[in-house]
Amino acid sequence: MADNKNSLTKEITKGIIKENPTLVMLLGMCPTLAVTTQALNGIGMGFATTFVLLGSNIVISALRKIIPDKVRIPAFIIIIASFVTLIGFLLEGFVPSLYESLGIYLTLITVNCIIFGRAEMFASKNGVVASACDAIGMGIGFTLALFFMGSVREIIGSGKWLGLTIPVLSENPMLLFIMPAGGFFTLGVIIALVNKLSKKKPPQELGCCGCPNADACGKAGDCK
Amino acid sequence: MKTMLVILLSAMLTDNFVLSKFMGICPFLGVSKKLDSASGMGIAVTFVMICATLVTYPIHHGILVPNGLEYFDTVVFILVIALFVQLVENFLKKCVPSLYSSLGVYLPLITTNCAVLGVTVLNIDNNYSFGESVVNALGAGLGFMLALVIFSGVRKKLEYADIPETFKGVPATLIAASIVSVSFMGFSGLFS
Repeated sequence: MADNKNSLTKEITKGIIKENPTLVMLLGMCPTLAVTTQALNGIGMGFATTFVLLGSNIVISALRKIIPDKVRIPAFIIIIASFVTLIGFLLEGFVPSLYESLGIYLTLITVNCIIFGRAEMFASKNGVVASACDAIGMGIGFTLALFFMGSVREIIGSGKWLGLTIPVLSENPMLLFIMPAGGFFTLGVIIALVNKLSKKKPPQELGCCGCPNADACGKAGDCK
Repeated sequence: MKTMLVILLSAMLTDNFVLSKFMGICPFLGVSKKLDSASGMGIAVTFVMICATLVTYPIHHGILVPNGLEYFDTVVFILVIALFVQLVENFLKKCVPSLYSSLGVYLPLITTNCAVLGVTVLNIDNNYSFGESVVNALGAGLGFMLALVIFSGVRKKLEYADIPETFKGVPATLIAASIVSVSFMGFSGLFS
């Protein structure tokens, strides 16, 4: 029993640092770059994604023996899209300001590679409890990465942070950082920083292993 | 006619899907290593974007809105796109094998491409007419192709550059993308 508990904790913690979906596995770049102009938006997007990830991982792992292998991709898509619709309703009703600022990117959670990747790599092979733990860990890792990146961009780009005004920076904020170009730049530097800190060889490619279509771009061979 | 041109050019340049809306980053970074694969992917995405718009627009306005089911947009659109891509793949395989051999590999990749879902949802959000939607999809697709083709040229140079060890690979690619994005910022304000 103790062993079992240990492995579940491991499922949660691995997603936060060792297998951080955004910064180590390089999955889900679109939302990472798009909504991180403010730290708060980063947290909101992180929570919304975690909710969808948790729901879809649980349902997919519960149905993994029923869904035929051939139609699994459409089946996964429908399950994920249903949860996205659900979180859209919840946010529109309870946190309309966040719903407004996430805009179209909320809908686009449907095609976020993190969710698809976890469904394909973990939930379709493991039990419900383990899949739920995996989703929570990955969700927290994603949220933290988004929060960190949003903080960097908000502090440098607008001189504010979560409603606080940063004394010197707010007088002459570097606007470029909250513009699209700053998103690419900040993410590049943060990933380089992660490469520097981790002892493993840095990944040369995007997180194509998590993508269900890795075969299509000839990347599947890199994953084994 | 004028609004059409503005929609086309702004979808292509000022609001470029990849460089200012961050949609389709995966293929942008993954398939942009070589010029021919970049242009192939670009053509395939443009084609699927236009077709997806042609299919989803009537579904939204003809079936979902009259029945008060607008909230099913996401589920229905993604299903229709997935089905459609499958259909196109089978059609090309049977009828135009030469085109299939050059574009076929990119087609399944498009199912999970957020740019395709994004353009269909944006058309609905912006209340475009049918014609405007198709033009918007065309502009978005061409803009995607433009970004991919330009970036494949940048990456070719990047391969010979002497980059610090920690920046090799993805970080250097992202920073190069940032500089390309700065150049696209020059278009902003062009049509407003």
